[in-house]
Amino acid sequence: MLETIQEYDYWAAVVNTLELTLWGALWALVLGTVLAIMRLSPVRVLQWAGAAYVTIVRNTPLTMIVVAANLIIWTQLKINLADPQSSTYIVDNGMRLGILAVAVYHAAFVCEALRAGVNTIPLGQAEAARSLGMTFPQSLTQVILPQAFRGAITPLGNALIALTKNTTVVVAIGVAQVSHAMRRMIEFRPDLLFQIFGLVALTFVAITLPMGLVTGWAAKKWAVQR
Amino acid sequence: MNDTHVPAEGGLGKPLVVLTDVNKHFGDLHVLKDINLTVREGEVVVVIGPSGSGKSTLCRTINRLETFESGSITIHGTPLPEEGKELAKLRADVGMVFQGFHLFHHKTILDNVTLGPIKVRKMERKVAEEKAMALLKRVGVAEQAHKYPAQLSGGQQQRVAIARSLAMDPVVMLFDEPTSALDPEMINEVLDVMTQLAKSGMTMIVVTHEMGFARRAADRVVFMADGAIVEENTPEEFFTNPQSDRAKDFLGKILTH
Repeated sequence: MLETIQEYDYWAAVVNTLELTLWGALWALVLGTVLAIMRLSPVRVLQWAGAAYVTIVRNTPLTMIVVAANLIIWTQLKINLADPQSSTYIVDNGMRLGILAVAVYHAAFVCEALRAGVNTIPLGQAEAARSLGMTFPQSLTQVILPQAFRGAITPLGNALIALTKNTTVVVAIGVAQVSHAMRRMIEFRPDLLFQIFGLVALTFVAITLPMGLVTGWAAKKWAVQR
Repeated sequence: MNDTHVPAEGGLGKPLVVLTDVNKHFGDLHVLKDINLTVREGEVVVVIGPSGSGKSTLCRTINRLETFESGSITIHGTPLPEEGKELAKLRADVGMVFQGFHLFHHKTILDNVTLGPIKVRKMERKVAEEKAMALLKRVGVAEQAHKYPAQLSGGQQQRVAIARSLAMDPVVMLFDEPTSALDPEMINEVLDVMTQLAKSGMTMIVVTHEMGFARRAADRVVFMADGAIVEENTPEEFFTNPQSDRAKDFLGKILTH
């Protein structure tokens, strides 16, 4: 079993999974926050655009978004996310397309988690900010979002755990991460089927379990006392 | 109207807040009916009336937390702007104290009081903090400066809320039932701060059920019922010699026991 793990570069695949998770989560957080601001803004068009994005993306299978990113951005539009002269071009480009797809998809869930966080804030907080003469961006950055993030730690943690596991879907465009390594290992070593499944399951538990524990602890520590 | 009125600092100030024929509906409900009200500089106006009479709505309309459909509201002669930067600028000059305090729960008491001056008035942090400490001292909660709102009693929180508004150097202060959410033993500590403020010459519009405060601190009492101003007079005249049946009925209900 150990030999197989080494032979199929399993640890390199785990590193790639972690990389997909980290960058996917960061971009999802940025994009999701922008979407949440759009949905909270007083501008109708922005509200509508934010709602449309969330509704469409949240109800589209991730596999389709991953494949679409590959076919549309790379094959059709020929937009390179990595340097074509580089020796690792194909690998880097695939990785970044994967990150993009994962971020685009989970941004919708981040947006909704943040909106749930906003709903924990009494209306009076925004009224108090406005009555002090704060503009919309000021009340957003000083009063609403800081409290929304703190109220949304648990749902954001759930979105992060889902994102981590969903990175396996980028196998659809051949990005070498855990599910990709798993497929190759099973293909060539079917005699180790149960061990391989067990290994992959343990890998994800090892990554996501701490996430759940940390966010649970953080949600308590940073809960806004009312 | 109201020739007998004498403002706190003697002599009539210039008109500061002027409402002319203000109307507002909540759906089918006509909550503000042709409201005409002039509040002069340095004047303390107490608005009283039964629940649902529109007095809180009136208060919230003055800094446009509520919109209105017709009529006009001017502050220092400037009409209330629509939503946006101009309105934010005007709100910075109009202090507001809420029934539910609404201190920023994620910030310390000191940060609650300095936030407006630093972000809206672009005041230096050090200057803002000195000013905030002086105000917190004035309302008697300076020792709590580094605690969070949830660690304070209701009365203390409301006094901080008053300090937070005062930190913006408002031209007028609006109080929307500031003691209605407080336990009885905390009401006076808040009313004392408000009475001091009234004596210092601050222009105030106070929606309250505290008749003692109205008698003690008001220059004028405005009585509202069913969305309209029914009667206005000096507290002395209003409480001893109400003219309208609605006011007589209201006073009869609250003053008999």
